[in-house]
This record gives sequence, C-alpha cells and structure tokens, in this order.
Amino acid sequence: MRRWRTLALKSRHLLGLEGMSKEDIELILDTATSFKEILERPIPKVPTLRGKTIVNLFFEASTRTRISFELAEKRLSADTVNFSKATSSVQKGETLKDTARNIEAMKIDMVVMRHSAPGAPHFLARCLDVPILNAGDGAHEHPTQALLDMYTLREKYGTLEGLNVVIVGDISHSRVARSDIWGLKTMGARVTVCGPSTLIPVEVDAFGVNVNYNIDEAIQDADVIYALRIQMERQTSGLLPSSREYHHRFGITQERLRPLKKRVTIMHPGPINRGVELASDVADGEHSLILDQVLNGVAVRMAVLYLLSGEEGTVE
Amino acid sequence: MSKKNGQCESLVIQGGRVIDPGSNFDEEADLFIEKGRIKEIRSRKTQKSSSRTSMPVIDATEKIVVPGLIDMHVHLREPGREDEETIVSGSEAAMAGGFTGVACMPNTEPPIDDGSVVRFVLRKAESTPIKVYPVAAITKGRQGKELTEIGDLVSAGAVAVSDDGSPLSDPEIMRRALEYTKMFDIPIISHCEDLSLTSRGVMNEGRMSTLLGLRGMPPVAEEIMVARDIALTEYTGGRLHIAHVSTARSVELIREAKRRGVRVTAEATPHHFSLNDESLRTFDTNLKMNPPLRTARDVEAIKEGLADGTIDVIASDHAPHSIEEKEVEFDAAPFGIIGLETTLGLVLTELVEPGVFDFSAAFATMTLHPAQILGVEGGRLQKGEKADVTIIDPLKKWTVAVHRFKSKSRNSPFGGRELTGKIECVIIDGVTVFRSQN
Repeated sequence: MRRWRTLALKSRHLLGLEGMSKEDIELILDTATSFKEILERPIPKVPTLRGKTIVNLFFEASTRTRISFELAEKRLSADTVNFSKATSSVQKGETLKDTARNIEAMKIDMVVMRHSAPGAPHFLARCLDVPILNAGDGAHEHPTQALLDMYTLREKYGTLEGLNVVIVGDISHSRVARSDIWGLKTMGARVTVCGPSTLIPVEVDAFGVNVNYNIDEAIQDADVIYALRIQMERQTSGLLPSSREYHHRFGITQERLRPLKKRVTIMHPGPINRGVELASDVADGEHSLILDQVLNGVAVRMAVLYLLSGEEGTVE
Repeated sequence: MSKKNGQCESLVIQGGRVIDPGSNFDEEADLFIEKGRIKEIRSRKTQKSSSRTSMPVIDATEKIVVPGLIDMHVHLREPGREDEETIVSGSEAAMAGGFTGVACMPNTEPPIDDGSVVRFVLRKAESTPIKVYPVAAITKGRQGKELTEIGDLVSAGAVAVSDDGSPLSDPEIMRRALEYTKMFDIPIISHCEDLSLTSRGVMNEGRMSTLLGLRGMPPVAEEIMVARDIALTEYTGGRLHIAHVSTARSVELIREAKRRGVRVTAEATPHHFSLNDESLRTFDTNLKMNPPLRTARDVEAIKEGLADGTIDVIASDHAPHSIEEKEVEFDAAPFGIIGLETTLGLVLTELVEPGVFDFSAAFATMTLHPAQILGVEGGRLQKGEKADVTIIDPLKKWTVAVHRFKSKSRNSPFGGRELTGKIECVIIDGVTVFRSQN
C-alpha cells in the first residue's frame, strides 16, 4: 500500500502549459506513473474521487479526448456528467457564462472543457469557483495532450532533456503544437517546427523553436517526429494547394526515413489522415508510439484530475 | 443659438492658466464670458490681482483653462441600440470627460444615411447642452455601393461622411466620394481596413496572436488601405481624414503624404497609445477593438506621430457595448471600448507627463484640430468666440471606476487604473454644464 499527500500544483486550474514550471510538469508525470500501474491491474479502478462530480463540457466535437477524460474520471470513481454542444442549450442562444453557472449551481466539483474559442476556459475560470481543466481551446492550448506526449517520451527515453523533436504540419491552427512546444522546451528538449510556410504562424520564433520548411533537412538529426493532423478545409481557404502536394512535401514515409542515421520515434495526436501526414506503414510501424499515447492519455488525465481535486488520496 | 438652463451666461474664470493652442496663448489670465461668448482674456502679466467684477466667479487658481474639448469620433448608438447608449447618456459621459462637442458616427440602426436621420440626431441633441455633430454615411445603408445624398445630408447638418466600421472596399466608390465631397469641403473619414485580409481576425497578427492561437488581423490590412486612400486623395484633390491610426507604417505613410502636400489628416485613440497586444494574455474582451491593439513598437510610432504633428487629433472611438455582449468568449465578443470619460486622463498621464508633448500641443489635438477638420465652431479661446471652456486640474490623481461612468456602458479596459488630470468644470455657451463632485 502506497500513500501520498497531495502535492499541489501551483495553479488551481490547468489552462495551459505556457509558464508551467518543470517541477509541476514532473509532478504530473510522476503521479501518472502511479496511475498507469493501476490501469494495468485486473480491476483498474480506485476510489480516489468517490463523491466528486466532474462535468465534461464539450462545445466542440471530440471523440478520443472526451472518451479518455471520461475513462479517467470513471477509473477514479468520480461521478461524471457529459454535456456536448449538439444536445445543449447553446443553440438556443444561452451564453457560455449562463450555461456554466447553471451547471455550477448543481454543485459540481470540477469542469473539463473543450471549446473552439481560444481563452474560453480562462473566461470560465473567472466566472466559476471550481477548478477548470482545459481539454483544448481553439488553436491555443491542449495541455493534457502535451502532458501525455511528454509522458510517452519520458517512458521511452527516460528523460526529455536534449531530445530532438520535430513537429510537422499545420502549426498555425494547432493547439497540440503550442502546448507541446511549451512543455518540451521547459523540460529541456529541442524543438523544430516544419511545415508549409502558409501554416507556420508569423513570428513563430517567439516560442524559441527552430523553423525549417524542408522536411528532409529538418528530420536529419531528429529523435522524434511528431506529425500533426492536416485539416482538409485548409485547401479551400488558400493555405494549401492540395493534400497530394502536402504528402509529397511533408508526408512521413518509409522512403523519407530510410536514409536517417538514427531510429526515429513517430507520434501523432490523432485522428490520422493516412496517406497524407503519415504513410500507413509508418503509422503502424515498430517505431510508432501512437497507441502508447492513447493509453498514457488516460493515466495522465487521472493524474491531473487527482492533483486538481485537492484530495488527499490513497492508492492501494 | 445657445441652450439655456435658466443659468446666467456671463461669468469670469479667474486665475487659471489659460491655454489656447490656436493663438499660442499660455498664460495666467482671467477669462470673461458675456452672453455666451468670450468677451475678454485679461492676462495676469498686466494686472496682478483678480479683476473686480460683479459677475459670478469661478476660481481656477492652479487649474488649466482650455477650449472646450471636441471628440470627433464617438458612437452614440441612437437610433437603434439605446440599451447601450443614447445621445443624452453619451452627452453626459462626454461632459464628464471634459468635452463640449462630439462627432457621432453613422453606424446606427437605421444608419445616418438620409437627411431625416441627421435631423433626428440633432433634435435629440437639443435636450443636451453638448454640441453634437453628425457624421453621415458615404454610401446608402453603409453598403459600399451607391453614394448617399451627401448634399442633402450636409444641408441637414452633417459635418463629414464615413462608412466607419464598414470600409469602402471598392476603390471606384472611394474615388467618387472623394471627388463629390470636394463640393462641400467636408472630409471623408476613413476606417482603413482591407476586409479580405482581416476576415475573422480578432486581434493584431504578430507574436501575441501566434502565442495565443487567436486569429490575427495583420497590420498590412490597415496600411494597404491607408496607402490606397492617400493615393486616391492625391489624385482627386479631395479631403481625407484617417480614423484611429494604429500601426507604425500607417504613421509613416501619412507623414510622407503630408510632406507631399496631400490633404490628409489623421487621428489616434487613447488605447492605441497606452496599451499594446501583450495585454491580451488575459483574453479580456475589453481589449478587443478594431483596429486592434498593436505592438509596443507601434505604440511608440503613434506617440512619435502625435509629437511631430503627423497625427492631428486624439479621438476616443467611444464604442459602447452591453455587458452581456462583452461577457462572452473572446472570439464571440463585439469590437470596441468606451473612452469619453478616460481620454483626458490618459492624454495627460501617458503623453504629457512623460513629455511626449506639452499641454498646448496636447490640447490642440482635442480642440483646435478637430474643429478645423470638421469645420465647426469652437476649439479656440479668443475674443468673440463661443464660450465653450473646459477647466482641468492637471495634477489631481484619480482612479478609474467604471461603475461611476455616466455612459450607459462599462466596456473599458482602464478600470482601476490611476490617472493624473481631472475635469473640474465644463462650460458650454457660457453656461456651466458640469462640475466635478469632489
């Protein structure tokens, strides 16, 4: 039996990884290790958050993140309520603030929110008196995704210090890229972004990353290639000529990986456009950690929920 | 014609530092007002003690006395959005902010695109002492397609034309508008924005939009239109006033155009010289306006433009929005903040105190210049002029409290900020219409 006192995070909410300290990230990743062990038990459930009610507010379509959070909450024995835009009163013109305050009036303990508008969880954190967990806000941040990515890499490499990570694709519209960049940089990794120049945001060097428009050059010394999903609508808005040209220039294929000196780890936040950002044999290849990311996502989200709940827990 | 509130229109303002940018007058003096007009300005240099008088006296010792301030860019929301502001509530806010005249923009519902709406605004304004100068639309329904009956609008009392907020994307219409308005010698006030470059943008495009993941509005979207409108003005010989200049390159373009003798003037808002896009980290919707807050470098360029006279006017772009409209996600909030009651304090705190320019130059941007550009009376303290006077305590510190605003709206990012310089008294046509409560 293992017992630990809650080591509080510096912030009451998890809104993003920008500005989060190395100590806080390590605390989350270490805590996730204990929870991952639970997930491997015959009965993968603990009573840690029994009696706590968590609302999952999903104002934007999501499958894996929502399921991953729900699973994490259930594994911790929390009561969960799901709210998604399609079945909500948002369409009736109720404001986010009113929706949230109504739900809060029902005595809930925590809110997990996905929203298409950057800053929406920050706004909610000002309206409500409970911890808010950002499950993705527009193109701003997706902190639990980056935490699970870092967890996965730490599991494989032991440390993130000095790792060469190349993030490939649509950086402009990617909350995953932003959170991963903040987290990885804080943990001592080197990050390069690579993609079509129309999808690299202006003044991207503000993140302290290298930029390279040539994928073959960018991945030369890479330990990790992190491919992002390309949204098909970028084509109609004049940002990309075609997914065909994208695949030719930036798609990760065996042919592209063959000349590399190092064995490169492949990651992707999902869902994958097979044949666009990743060739199928690369996505399913032996160096792909894509399914590990998914499993680790549950453990990392359990860790974050637990740390934000303020509970003093016992894990047996 | 002066509006009487049963008060006398004769008084003397004693012992203040009287500043009139129009005549470069800046001395301790007594200012005599009779029958709503300035009768005499008697310098203390020639007469040490207070002049004896049987007239009512306002003691302005250690205060500054300037021409009534004029804000040439406000949104009064009436007709159409009286829940956000009315001509009366906006005028109350203006007086509390030291203004004696305001020019109101035509993006009302219905828009000011017809003589009857101009007359409606002016009739409503009769119940307030403030001088309200309607700016009419350039095109019918502000649709950018057909010119309004500008002659009729001018006869009804419009002082300028603008499709503010819905910039003319068709250069042919802009060209014809610049030509047509030459007959009336009124300016075209241009909100410079290429809408195809800013589509769905909510903040300045740059380092901060990249960090925050908010969709950017590139500075070039403004500059491309500043350049276009200057070129068309130069070609047609019309008269152009560029509203709310926000980027460094825009300032440069205007500076060059003025050097070539193009008939262009420009304004800047207090928020564009006192805030930059770094502040958006909070996602506070009271920092969302159009043009957006730019970078610290742009803020410096705006200050330089004000200091060297490239930018002629400071105007608030007072844009009231209801609390429920602003208390939403950043993407969903409307653009605009209110400014009538914080403009003077920000000018003194952000520009005069740090020495960007002196009192006389600062007040020229809020008195003489807007009056000249709009071709309206006021803006001067000289014998025979209408007695529109603002008295300011230049050293008094105060803290902005949005709940105490006279405006119906509260959408200001300056709540809680300490400012130097407070309005003591506002006089319109010789009648005291506002006195500070403390």
